[in-house]
Amino acid sequence: MNDSLLQFLVRRALSSVGVVFGVATLVFVTVRAVPGDPVESILGEQALDVDKAGLRECLRLDEPLWRQYLLFLRDLVDGTLGRFCDDPSRTVRAEIVWNLWPTIELALWSLLLALLIAVPLGVLAALRHRTWIDVAALLVAMLGVSIPNFWLGPMLLILFSITITALPAPGAGALGFSALVLPVLTLSTALAAKLARMTRASMLDVLGQPYIQAARARGLRERVVVFRHALRNALTPVLSVLGLQLGSLLAGAIIVEKVFARPGLGTLLLSAIEMRNFALVQGCVIVIAAFYVLANLLTDIAYGIADPRLRQSGGDP
Amino acid sequence: MIGNRAGLDARWRSFARDPFLVTGGGVTLGLFLVALLAPWLAPWDVDHVDVRRQLEGPSTNHWFGTDESGRDLCTLVLFGARTALLVGSLSVLVSLSVGVAVGGIAGFRGGRVDELFMRLTDVVLAFPGILLAILIIFVTQAPSLWSVVLALSVTGWAGYARILRAEVLALRQRDFVEAAFALGLPPVRIFTVHLLPNTFGPMMVQATFGVAGAILAEASLSFLGLGPQDVPSWGALLDQGATYFLLTPHLAIFPGIAIMVTVLGINLLGDGLRDALDPRLRHGAPTRRATRT
Repeated sequence: MNDSLLQFLVRRALSSVGVVFGVATLVFVTVRAVPGDPVESILGEQALDVDKAGLRECLRLDEPLWRQYLLFLRDLVDGTLGRFCDDPSRTVRAEIVWNLWPTIELALWSLLLALLIAVPLGVLAALRHRTWIDVAALLVAMLGVSIPNFWLGPMLLILFSITITALPAPGAGALGFSALVLPVLTLSTALAAKLARMTRASMLDVLGQPYIQAARARGLRERVVVFRHALRNALTPVLSVLGLQLGSLLAGAIIVEKVFARPGLGTLLLSAIEMRNFALVQGCVIVIAAFYVLANLLTDIAYGIADPRLRQSGGDP
Repeated sequence: MIGNRAGLDARWRSFARDPFLVTGGGVTLGLFLVALLAPWLAPWDVDHVDVRRQLEGPSTNHWFGTDESGRDLCTLVLFGARTALLVGSLSVLVSLSVGVAVGGIAGFRGGRVDELFMRLTDVVLAFPGILLAILIIFVTQAPSLWSVVLALSVTGWAGYARILRAEVLALRQRDFVEAAFALGLPPVRIFTVHLLPNTFGPMMVQATFGVAGAILAEASLSFLGLGPQDVPSWGALLDQGATYFLLTPHLAIFPGIAIMVTVLGINLLGDGLRDALDPRLRHGAPTRRATRT
């Protein structure tokens, strides 16, 4: 590992920590901007004064704002992310860890499926540029971007759960691989459509480069030219935006989890909103955003290792 | 950038030949008409509730069927176009204004201001999709149309700020801007007269995609039960539809088609505009880092 790479890694990592810190601060500020009394919004106006005072103390609303912020940061740094007011033995972290895996599983499989659909489709469209295959691929991609996942999900359910009973109906009990099929299909469609268009555009760009002509002139077989020379270079910019695209996947997971009644971070966030559990809402939002920052960091690092020119201006503009 | 008359005519002719632009423009125009004329087009009154006819399928009386409280679905879908376009255009208008101000000042002034503004942008962009909007709606409690617009604007400005900053940084290197500085023109004038008009193309393209994105975001929020509670919304209808999808598929199908046609139409318009106004980004080519800088 040389110096410039190490410097690049350290700089990117530090800037990501800074962004997560900023995210947490923005969440703190937003939650404190609640109009009216949060205690009354949780317990209702008719609640007993004793209960109100207890909750007020638990939410630290009696403290000055700067101390609230410091305590909030302490919870962030020690990793508990706060405790439940009605049961102080339960930490927000424990709830989140419990619900983390189903969401990660859903997102990773969706990412994989999107790539498996998008790359062949994009390459095919580029190779058959300006034919009906290209136009059809473009239309499919346009449609894929425009179908909202909260519509595609129920439609797939109607189509499959009724006609093909092999796939389990949604519900908390439905886990395992077969229960993942429809949610993954729903979540990956929009991403696959976007990536297919990028692959096509990038592939067209690369196929027009002189070194591809040179490879053809040397009499290499078309298959070698396309896959070894063109595709490898065409995929680099596509992969570079993958980290950014993971954001729409994480946000989409919230919706897909609701459609299919799956457990996960999104379901946890929605139930926390319903219960008006401030600490849990805060924690979920920060953790989801932190995962997104981490995904971007990993993409940048992979990209920086692959292409040393980017280390200079590395990451942030 | 503003050509002579003949140039404009030629440009107009090339606009009219682009099938994307024509289809997308047509759909978008149609939507605005539907939204505007909803009270006259709708077969029923928007407040009409018939409790004896809840969750009925399509019939001659109710073309799209009825919802869970016995309201006419066709009427609700037509009025939903109002909500969608209102939220879409208003939130883009607000985020675009804030984004242009922040990105413009950051790119033009540089230095500490730039550093500060861009870190703030990074933080807002670190919230994936509608996550920040969800948090803001949670804070505002009973969400109205205005709180949804506010939530989407707070989320949306950062993207425009980043793009405008990059445009301004690129334009500052150009000879005509250097010349304007050399002539001693006041900076405010250089910015508003010489720089800003030249960012019109890419910003228009982004704003168009932004409207489609905001409409989808509003529908998503409504589907999660976090949308405007005071007006009909496609996302909220879909939420009902998803609950009763086995009983009454029509409740999921019609609002879904409305969202899809709207988003597809506006995205087509954006694609057409991009080809016409911003040739560098033709057909979504991922120029390296274009999305981040």
